[in-house]
Amino acid sequence: MHYESPIREPLILQDKTLHDITEDVARPIEGKANKYWWALFIAALLAFMWGAGCLAYTAGTGIGVWGLNKTVGWAWDITNFVWWVGIGHAGTLISAVLLLFRQKWRLSINRSAEAMTIFAVVQAGLFPIFHMGRPWLAYFVLPLPNNFGSLWVNFNSPLLWDVFAISTYLTVSLVFWYMGLIPDFAMIRDRAVKPMAKKIYTILSFGWSGKAKHWQRFEELSLVLAGLATPLVLSVHTIVSMDFATSIIPGWHTTIFPPYFVAGAIFSGFAMVQTLLLVMRKVVNMEAYITIKHIEYMNIVIMVTGSIVGVAYITELFIAWYSGVEFEQYAFLNRATGPYWWAYWSMMTCNVISPQFMWFKKLRTSIAFTFFISIVVNIGMWFERFVIIVTSLHRDYLPSSWTMFSPTFVDIGIFVGTIGFFFVLFLLYARTFPVIAQAELKTIVKSSGSQNKK
Amino acid sequence: MSKKVIYGVYDDDDVILQAVKDIRAKGIHVDEVYSPFPIHGLDHALGLKPSRLAIASFIYGCIGLSLGLLMMWYMMIQDWPQIIGGKPNFSLLQNLPAFVPIAFELTVFFAAHLMVITYLMRCKLYPGSSETSPDPRTTDDKFLMEIEAHGNEADLIALMKETGAQEIKEEQIA
Repeated sequence: MHYESPIREPLILQDKTLHDITEDVARPIEGKANKYWWALFIAALLAFMWGAGCLAYTAGTGIGVWGLNKTVGWAWDITNFVWWVGIGHAGTLISAVLLLFRQKWRLSINRSAEAMTIFAVVQAGLFPIFHMGRPWLAYFVLPLPNNFGSLWVNFNSPLLWDVFAISTYLTVSLVFWYMGLIPDFAMIRDRAVKPMAKKIYTILSFGWSGKAKHWQRFEELSLVLAGLATPLVLSVHTIVSMDFATSIIPGWHTTIFPPYFVAGAIFSGFAMVQTLLLVMRKVVNMEAYITIKHIEYMNIVIMVTGSIVGVAYITELFIAWYSGVEFEQYAFLNRATGPYWWAYWSMMTCNVISPQFMWFKKLRTSIAFTFFISIVVNIGMWFERFVIIVTSLHRDYLPSSWTMFSPTFVDIGIFVGTIGFFFVLFLLYARTFPVIAQAELKTIVKSSGSQNKK
Repeated sequence: MSKKVIYGVYDDDDVILQAVKDIRAKGIHVDEVYSPFPIHGLDHALGLKPSRLAIASFIYGCIGLSLGLLMMWYMMIQDWPQIIGGKPNFSLLQNLPAFVPIAFELTVFFAAHLMVITYLMRCKLYPGSSETSPDPRTTDDKFLMEIEAHGNEADLIALMKETGAQEIKEEQIA
């Protein structure tokens, strides 16, 4: 029997029974959407359509419509790519790493966090594909023999490592998510009254019946997938950082990048989880499951990873000075005091200072403050990638080629479009999928439900 | 020949776990238990063998690693060696550091996906399957025990009632 100390605060409030959990998880799916949902959905859809238009314009005309120039060949698009991939990391961290550590509080939030991972990685994938200029030739990145003889892709290149890392990450996260969803879809199927809904959820639930042997395999599968996903998630952002770290550009050529990027990814991912869940718990009435305790735990993760990121920034500065390499020193001096100083100091404020407020219990248990900080961190992490990419490139070894980067409306439109696409997917998910892993959550009702803590 | 099946509906996971233990202690085979969530210790109580999915996954991972290395050896060393960034192009071993990331990703890719496919096949789960539990409440908050009767219906029903079953149902299965 699972025993839990009575000192621990309950993870499920309002004395929920097993049947209450079923009802609460099924309600958003079976009920009708309210006007806030529709308003958000239409706004997200419009942003998505605007972004799709900008992408079509880019594909039709060429990437000359972006603000790139011959000095700054990577800017807005790769910033967005790294930002979205980083956001994805929190989902896997919650569902895989916290499973290995047997953290029960993950059960209320893992489903939505994994959904966020998948939707974020989809957005990330768009940027490199469209940066190719001819997205219909994207299959060139696959190890296929081509028309010119068997000239293969270059397995020494971090950009190719990225192709393998991101596609493995996306597909493995997707099946991990879906395997957990099967029992929950079965629950929706068994309650469905409308014939169409019954049919759809019958197909989605794969004929799950909850047999003892199936549950045994389910648990084994979850554990092994978590064990595989944990090094995978660390490898993905490590490899993303190697896109930069293996080059010889001052400001990129640093060995600290892999751990620094992974910490930053978890930091930004948890901020995005907070942003989404603080709204979702209210809109679909999940306050009994996503409690202040969950929010506090996530804020602590944000504080710890934010501090790691802060240490990494300072280490970078120190090593730039200590290395004695003039180019490296200039790259960092230019970041802090050059024409992009505002981006650097925005990054520093948002990522290093703002998470330190979480040391105060009053602040990290305040919903409004948490929401505010989560937005600040999202902005800060976007600036981090912008600073790393643009300020390292815009003043290269040849002062005559020094230039500035400014985004065009197409750059901005595509970014806004991916935010729209992300929210379109997330809003549809919130209305059609069980947003809480109810089957697994039911296992902790006895140990962590509020009725047993009295 | 038709057979008779007795279903006992329980409403608590601890009660059904104890019931399974008690009934099996009497030498009666419990055919199946349907539950809304995994009950720890139930597989042991039912006498189920441990799952071998983890072993399968390890083997799939080894296959992925070998295929990944074989692919990179063939493409980069054997078929069309090129000097890229001054890296050695004549030996897999010396070029190995550059091949680690993709070899790792393919290990995970094979281990995860083939294990999931194995799991779905072993559990006979597939889109379009119309199988459900005998009682739809078992995905909500009820626990169902299934025992095949061999002329001992009355004993089984009494036993289930005694161990805490809330409802008993009998069914003829063709």
